[in-house]
Amino acid sequence: MVHAVNGVSYTLGEGETLGVVGESGCGKSVHALSIMRLIPDPPGKIEDGEIKFDGRDLLKVSDTEMREVRGAEIAMVFQDPMTSLNPVFTVGFQIMEALKLHLRMDDKTAQDRAAELLGMVGIPEARQRLDDYPHQFSGGMRQRAMLAMALSCNPKLLIADEPTTALDVTIQAQIINLTKRLQERLGMAVMWITHDLGVVAGLAQKVNVMYAGYIVERGDVKDIYARPRHPYTIGLLGSLPRLDEAPGTKLISIPGLPPDLLIMPPGCPFAPRCTYATDACREAVPPLEETDDDSHWVACFRWKHVAGREK
Amino acid sequence: MDANGTPLVKVRHLKKYFPITRGIIQRHVGDIKAVDDVNFDIYQGETLGLVGETGCGKTTVGRTIIRLYEPTAGQVLFDDVDLASLKGGELRHLRRRMQMIFQDPYASLNPRMAVGSIIAEPLEVHRVARGQEKRERVQELLQLVGLNPNFAGRYPHEFSGGQRQRIGIARALALNPALIICDEPISSLDVSIQAQVVNLLEDLQNRLGLTYLFIAHDLSMVRHISNRVAVMYLGKIVELTDRDEIYLNPLHPYTQALMSAVPVPDPELEAKQQRIILEGDLPSPASPPQGCNFNTRCSKAVDVCFEKEPEFVEVKPGHFCACHLVKPQGKESGSVIRP
Repeated sequence: MVHAVNGVSYTLGEGETLGVVGESGCGKSVHALSIMRLIPDPPGKIEDGEIKFDGRDLLKVSDTEMREVRGAEIAMVFQDPMTSLNPVFTVGFQIMEALKLHLRMDDKTAQDRAAELLGMVGIPEARQRLDDYPHQFSGGMRQRAMLAMALSCNPKLLIADEPTTALDVTIQAQIINLTKRLQERLGMAVMWITHDLGVVAGLAQKVNVMYAGYIVERGDVKDIYARPRHPYTIGLLGSLPRLDEAPGTKLISIPGLPPDLLIMPPGCPFAPRCTYATDACREAVPPLEETDDDSHWVACFRWKHVAGREK
Repeated sequence: MDANGTPLVKVRHLKKYFPITRGIIQRHVGDIKAVDDVNFDIYQGETLGLVGETGCGKTTVGRTIIRLYEPTAGQVLFDDVDLASLKGGELRHLRRRMQMIFQDPYASLNPRMAVGSIIAEPLEVHRVARGQEKRERVQELLQLVGLNPNFAGRYPHEFSGGQRQRIGIARALALNPALIICDEPISSLDVSIQAQVVNLLEDLQNRLGLTYLFIAHDLSMVRHISNRVAVMYLGKIVELTDRDEIYLNPLHPYTQALMSAVPVPDPELEAKQQRIILEGDLPSPASPPQGCNFNTRCSKAVDVCFEKEPEFVEVKPGHFCACHLVKPQGKESGSVIRP
């Protein structure tokens, strides 16, 4: 049994942007798919917990009700725009699908709205491009089309799962800029899942750092980058080269590998790679607790010691 | 990392076109100009970073230098020997001195071969070592890249991505090469593992005096590892200079946009960052625009940019740029191309 996500709790306010950061296999995508209830069951199973969205517990609503939520109230953009668009239908058809289903639009209105949406995400000659197939779009345009599709019903929450990972930096900058602008205009909350700490720094107000299925640190974006408390976050920030670094700076790499989720260490999941780990860390999983700063939470027995060492 | 001014590799007017054919008789109807008249030097002991977006031709440059692709035109001088003119045994002999590390550590290791045989293969092909000597060399190489020498009998699937990339590095080092072409060696790895591999590459360079051509799209990593950086756009090098100069004082509008698009892991700086957002996408390399090939996305383009192709010239000592709007500073440096 793989425990992909363990005891994850946090809140996301209206209009806020939350960055979820972690390496591959840390459970960041699984946790997002759980919110949408898109984890196939079997084999996947949400063992326990609740997901309160706008007062409702999404884990308790019926499947029919959930289908009303998906796409209409919570929308998702996936990592790979080539595999998440259907290659045999036109882009216009795929955008109109959600409009007709959720907003009960007729063909004509849906088409107008789809053209408007494509224009909004910055695709030139939007009306003509509705009849194009996904392969006629470039990677950046496909991700824009995905975004148009996700925003079609004015969702309250947009979950973006590594939406720019497959794109070049200049295109990534276009998409991030676009998302920020649309968020201001439409007032939705955004959850941006990524492994790129740089992207989160420019986009989010809050950050969750995940490791092996646990949130190891969470808090305000400025706080986390200026005063990282968890040894993993410190290591992650240290292993990034910066454009403004001094010449000859050596990167601080984290030794070892992320744990195999099938054979998890009994204590803190990060203990085997952690230079601060003690016997206590290898015995019990540290709970996520509030530090001296408001709303900065960290799951480490030794965070005070680590923080002292960093100064 | 001390680059002493002798060029190990000189690339002159290098072109690589891939033909576009149509119909059953494979009629030649056009060319993908993957690399179109590229000039640069790689100095002994330095790391030259080569950056650019997907499809700009950076990988093709790497592969053409090592002659995995036959160049369409131009010269690659390795220690003043033109690689493009060599054949058979001569080429094979010179190939010992240049090796490549590939992007995907899953695809570049044969899953049916034990790690020891993968690393020993170059030694066998070039008849450098055999028997006991070969086994010892393999163990030494595994140790050098930070793997347990007893792993020689294991197969690639038993290793993680970062470890596989180490195996790829060990294979590249087997013949004591002078030049290693690193083709996006870290882009498929996780952040914390990337730092491990980059530190290893730097460490090996210091110990063995290697020269790297480091091809990547991650600009902050390229700045970290390189001495000089070349920026490619649509088959051409648009700017080439020292790593600090290119980040502090980029001259070409494309470099400026590229640098400003890099996300910085610091919320304070991010809030202040002025982004230059490029409109649109990369044009097709089969039909590059007339004049300067960046003119479709350049916000500063003037008439001349649509008429004439800019020349790649030295605008300041050690700073090369191909843009009509960037005028050479100081005395007339002419149009002599000597990157």
